[in-house]
Amino acid sequence: MSTVPSPAAAPLLEVRHLRVEFPTRHGTLLALDDISFSISPGEVLGVVGESGAGKSLTGAAIIGLLEPPGRIAAGEVRLEGERIDHLPYEKLRAIRGRKIGAIFQDPLTSLNPLYTIGRQLTETIQTHLPVSADEARRRAIRLLQETGIPAAEQRIDQYPHQFSGGMRQRVVIALALAAEPKLIVADEPTTALDVSIQAQIISLLKRLCKEHGAAVMLVTHDMGVIAETCDRVAVMYAGRIAEIGPVHDVINAPAHPYTVGLMGSIPAMDEDRERLAQIEGSMPRLTSIPSGCAFNPRCPRVMNRCRRERPELMAAGATRAACWLVEPEGARADNAAAGDAR
Amino acid sequence: MSAPLVEVRDLAKVFDVSAPWLNRVVERKPRQFVHAVDGVSFTIAQGRTLALVGESGCGKSTVARLLVGLYAPTRGEVLFGGQRTAELAGAELRTLRRRMQMIFQDPYASLNPRWKVLQIVGEPLAEHGLVSGEAALRARVGELLSSVGLAAADCEKFPHQFSGGQRQRISIARALATQPEFLVCDEPTSALDVSVQAQVLNIMKDLQKSRGLTYLFISHNLAVVRHVADEVGVMYLGRLVELSPKPELFARPRHPYTRMLLDAIPDIHMTGRARTPVQGEVPNPLNPPGGCAFHPRCPHANARCSAERPALIEFKGVRVACHAVEEGRI
Repeated sequence: MSTVPSPAAAPLLEVRHLRVEFPTRHGTLLALDDISFSISPGEVLGVVGESGAGKSLTGAAIIGLLEPPGRIAAGEVRLEGERIDHLPYEKLRAIRGRKIGAIFQDPLTSLNPLYTIGRQLTETIQTHLPVSADEARRRAIRLLQETGIPAAEQRIDQYPHQFSGGMRQRVVIALALAAEPKLIVADEPTTALDVSIQAQIISLLKRLCKEHGAAVMLVTHDMGVIAETCDRVAVMYAGRIAEIGPVHDVINAPAHPYTVGLMGSIPAMDEDRERLAQIEGSMPRLTSIPSGCAFNPRCPRVMNRCRRERPELMAAGATRAACWLVEPEGARADNAAAGDAR
Repeated sequence: MSAPLVEVRDLAKVFDVSAPWLNRVVERKPRQFVHAVDGVSFTIAQGRTLALVGESGCGKSTVARLLVGLYAPTRGEVLFGGQRTAELAGAELRTLRRRMQMIFQDPYASLNPRWKVLQIVGEPLAEHGLVSGEAALRARVGELLSSVGLAAADCEKFPHQFSGGQRQRISIARALATQPEFLVCDEPTSALDVSVQAQVLNIMKDLQKSRGLTYLFISHNLAVVRHVADEVGVMYLGRLVELSPKPELFARPRHPYTRMLLDAIPDIHMTGRARTPVQGEVPNPLNPPGGCAFHPRCPHANARCSAERPALIEFKGVRVACHAVEEGRI
């Protein structure tokens, strides 16, 4: 695991109070609501959640690839201190690729089937870096070698369909790293792959980002991948961050009841349980997010307050959780008294 | 042990994937065949769960379809309750179909979007003549829905009104309608989120206990298999490479491929276990390697492995198809 950078270092990426809306005929859907987090240089931040939690949308909003009519309605995204969320399309395009690389779930759709992978790589390199065509090709070959593609000199002139799924994802990683970006946004990079290939791609991504000094925002639904790869993790639920903190603490001592339920529902490899812990019900639709804490209808420890007031992220041991149960000490005593009285 | 409920002997399925006739003639392309399943044998005892695991293209779903009769086997036979299923016809075949049912992977594709839940779950009941009259049908569908944790009133809804996990419950209710003894579950939770997967797995376990069901459980997720199975078969390129009782397989995996699969699972509690780097990819099933199909990726392969195909042999209570294990090299 890479070393966790000191918190004093200026963050590479800073997201503050991000709000993404989808205006529809039946009213405005709030897809991301008050998302705040930061990523330090060289850090790997995992973003985990179930379908519809808004994890992929967070990645898309950061790289400016929200599908219309989705739009950033409030908040800001800063890369190296500079705001990038309101840049015009062309300026954002220059940043994408150069400063932020992207890896998507399906390696077949993120490569152009009509161009050789060599052309796609050299094009990316030459768009962002002032190098000659020969130098770009040399770099492309070196990148393919680094990503573990055998016979890179020959395979560089082949088309995407001539590669297997795992090899294609290696090409996509090479493409994302081509212009030496500071940040890689990887959206479910291993979900379409078999387990043995998944393990190869994860260790490759981890090693290369460390070697190139790139920070990673890794979006996935797989807690196992998060545990293997990340320094910190943000758990999302219904468009909000439920809990964020160092991976080890979130997994072993989760503070938010949703994280607790999520961890309990994963079948473990090292213990035998007759039944899995289950969270009753399912995630609310965007059209009907409950008031107060979005998790309150499914929460086993729900209190009256949870139905009325929305909790902000609050310090809970080593992590921060958006839950009234973890309110700071002074307030907790009052709350406990109120709870006893009830 | 009692006689097995399900017995599979040397089952094989070959698919013809040749180019169309004219292309073969004009472009001189040869005929091509995929041996999707190649000599698979196993038994499942009453009330037990056999899980088949493997990566994409290893033939596990084909085995499931062969078992329920969605494909006809090229070779080998399936015995259900001691009867050869291929020999049955007419009323006997209908009885057999009532006794085995299937749950599919994708709950979005396996339910007719234009039917109400009442029709979906009621169809097998009507088809097999198990209930007569509208009132009895409604009562029975209501019972089935409540047995999987849905409300009886849900029978008036359409599939699109349900979430993925709820749809998979409808699939389970439909499969249970004919009171089968044997359920073939093809990746029943792969399309679901983990918290919903936990709900469905718990329901399946409860139903197995209360109804004495026998499961064939197909999955690529070893953690899920470890949770549900009594016995585990590991498949690679159409063949069983290891067949063991669950505790044995996870405590002492024998076949190098099984070891590799177990090693590839990300470790959620980060116990710092040493991991052998996984080598290579699954070969093209159109042109599988000779000898043991796993030999190009195997760290223990030698000349014999590339020349001679290992048979599945009994070895200290487990069955393994590996020369290295047989010779005591690993």
